[in-house]
Amino acid sequence: MTEAEHAREADRPLLAVEDVSVTLGDVPVLEGVSMTVDRGSFVGLIGPNGAGKTTLLRAINGAITPDEGRVVVDGEVVANLDSRTASRLVATVPQDTTLSFDFDVRRTVAMGRTPHRGRLDPWTEADERAVECAMERTGVAEFADRPITAVSGGERQRVVVARALAQETPLLLLDEPTASLDVSHQVRTLELIDDLTDAGTTALAAIHDLNLAARYCDALVLLADGEVLTAGAPEAVLTESTLRRAFGADAVVTRHPVTGSTHVTALPDRDRESAADGARVHVIGGGASGSRYLQALSAAGYAVTTGAVAAGSTDAATARRLGIETVTVPPQAPVDDDAAAAVRERVARADAVVVADLTVGAGTLPNLNAASEADRIVLVEGRPFAERNRAGRAGRRAYERLRDRARVVAPEDAVSAVTTALEASPTGFPLEPP
Amino acid sequence: MRTAVRAGLWSGGLLAVLAGAVVVSAAIGPASIPPGTVARALLDPLVPGVGAAVTRPHHTIVFTVRLPRIALAAVVGFALATAGVVMQGFFRNPMADPSIVGVSSGAAVGAVAAIVAPLALPFGLGVQGAAFAGALLTAFGVYLLASEGGRTPVATLLLAGIAVQTLLGAVVSYLLLHSGESLRQVVYWLMGNLSNATWSDVAVAAVAIPGFLVLLPFSRDLDVLLLGEADAHSLGIEVERTKRLLLAVASVVTAAAVAVSGVIGFVGLVVPHILRLVVGPDHRVLLPASALGGATFLVLSDTVARAGPAEVPVGIVTAAVGAPFFLYLLRTREVHAL
Repeated sequence: MTEAEHAREADRPLLAVEDVSVTLGDVPVLEGVSMTVDRGSFVGLIGPNGAGKTTLLRAINGAITPDEGRVVVDGEVVANLDSRTASRLVATVPQDTTLSFDFDVRRTVAMGRTPHRGRLDPWTEADERAVECAMERTGVAEFADRPITAVSGGERQRVVVARALAQETPLLLLDEPTASLDVSHQVRTLELIDDLTDAGTTALAAIHDLNLAARYCDALVLLADGEVLTAGAPEAVLTESTLRRAFGADAVVTRHPVTGSTHVTALPDRDRESAADGARVHVIGGGASGSRYLQALSAAGYAVTTGAVAAGSTDAATARRLGIETVTVPPQAPVDDDAAAAVRERVARADAVVVADLTVGAGTLPNLNAASEADRIVLVEGRPFAERNRAGRAGRRAYERLRDRARVVAPEDAVSAVTTALEASPTGFPLEPP
Repeated sequence: MRTAVRAGLWSGGLLAVLAGAVVVSAAIGPASIPPGTVARALLDPLVPGVGAAVTRPHHTIVFTVRLPRIALAAVVGFALATAGVVMQGFFRNPMADPSIVGVSSGAAVGAVAAIVAPLALPFGLGVQGAAFAGALLTAFGVYLLASEGGRTPVATLLLAGIAVQTLLGAVVSYLLLHSGESLRQVVYWLMGNLSNATWSDVAVAAVAIPGFLVLLPFSRDLDVLLLGEADAHSLGIEVERTKRLLLAVASVVTAAAVAVSGVIGFVGLVVPHILRLVVGPDHRVLLPASALGGATFLVLSDTVARAGPAEVPVGIVTAAVGAPFFLYLLRTREVHAL
């Protein structure tokens, strides 16, 4: 190969799906799907349930032969390859693997070598190296001798990833690798894949969680109704209009305040959104804590007010951008009596108050006290309050008084909690959190 | 290479146990022969001169009366346990046994028909031939019924097997009603027994040995198939082709055993489970260990069957010994998973 040919080889996408259509039974599942995955990239396959994500992955690994079109991996048309050859090009981490037998972890990972070995071939040095290396990279080496039935769900997921790595394929497919994991294992799994792609592996993963997909993937492919709706960089794919078309649901797209990645907040569906008409919501935030609720609530059609916030804070800027009526105090200044009165007045006018998981200092206590007087309170609790309390016992007392009357929710549930709260009468509100 | 060493050690050990069982079994019977004498007689063809002290009648009893039956027990046990391991792995179902695709029911229909109405059968098939043909026709029929578009989902195969077994059970019951004089012979066949064994019976059942040698290289495929078919495919196994081959070989091995011994239950179900508890799920060790364990188990069971004052069909012994032992294991160890 000449140098120019080498260069062309490297430029060519590792995976090219060309106009693939698949019909299962009588149901067309994929219709004219085309997409590419570049070498060394981590591409997320997103889309609603039933969009055809799993079917597309199965067409790529050769489990299904497309009715039309073709899948090319590393220059080879997958449908023309026997299963063993295809399995040396594409490794698959399935959504769930039946591992209800007592193979130990090492033996399970070693099964990844199956496509590299003839039926009678002995176990070689290269096999051993591939298995050890795969276990090392996924961090399963430390429990290599435990039975697979005795490891946790998160560890098992990593064992299956290790098995796929032991296949030493240029392309790695993952079907919902985070579906059954808790938040910390979801992040660990995606970080692992991210590291692997940095080290030269190419990965295509069907991912349910749009925000995780946006955070970790180099590019996204949005599949809806068996067709590629759009593909490209996460911020280009995840827009309010494409999400509405794909998922039929309204969503707000913002930047995540911490990671800076594109962040999607799904909104209650349109029927319930009518509850927003004319309803007033006051947001108690501060710093950057209230911004995502300001954005989400105003996008959902509520008449939003906020304050008191410090002039120049992220919340103040967000409010100004969205044209939200805001009570401001000078930077670093406490909420004085005038500001407190203004906040109480907004709270009294509001149909509901959202209290973000803000940091409470002595200067912002009047905000909490004002909020406690509202009819309907939605209290967002992400971090424990103890970590956010800078006002000592007074802060704790004010917070507890507020919490006793509030509907306590996780950050992502705040908007729907407001909608639900507004449908209930104020008297129907639980005084004690259940 | 750890696994090969483990497979070798287990096979050697269990082979020695089998040899011991054969000697003990050949010593037991109406005329008691000391085990030492039996051992010398058996070694005589291999080591000339060792058997010089063995008397003529003892020699005749061992070689002409007892050994064919013991050898038959060994190969039938070997066959059923081999097929049992393959079927359990293949179906990923702990309740699978060698007869799960209807092999035994088909053999029963063939054998019972040959006993009850010998003239109705074509080509003058004997009981063995009819049983063998019935077994293979049934297995193939179940396979065809469960296949669609080149794929054979194991769940469909399992259900088709159960339905066909039920149907053939009705046929056997009907034939039993009309068996008249031959009822006792039919019942004896259905219970499974090894009496009147001849060396030609042994030769028929010994098809298990080449069958085993074909299956052994597929041990790794069986391991990978335990992960499920989608995973097996993504690991490079030609799933449908492998399934066809495993099913065909296991069915032929079972059919040959059932044709000469009748329906001997429980060996193919319980022996693989017991050995799986002992040696683990790796088929490269499990397959030879189960085959040899099955041979030993049936040799000992048949010794019990013929040792009492009145001989009983060996199928009764295997069930009477195997079921309680299996229940004991079930209560004390984890046998729920494969």
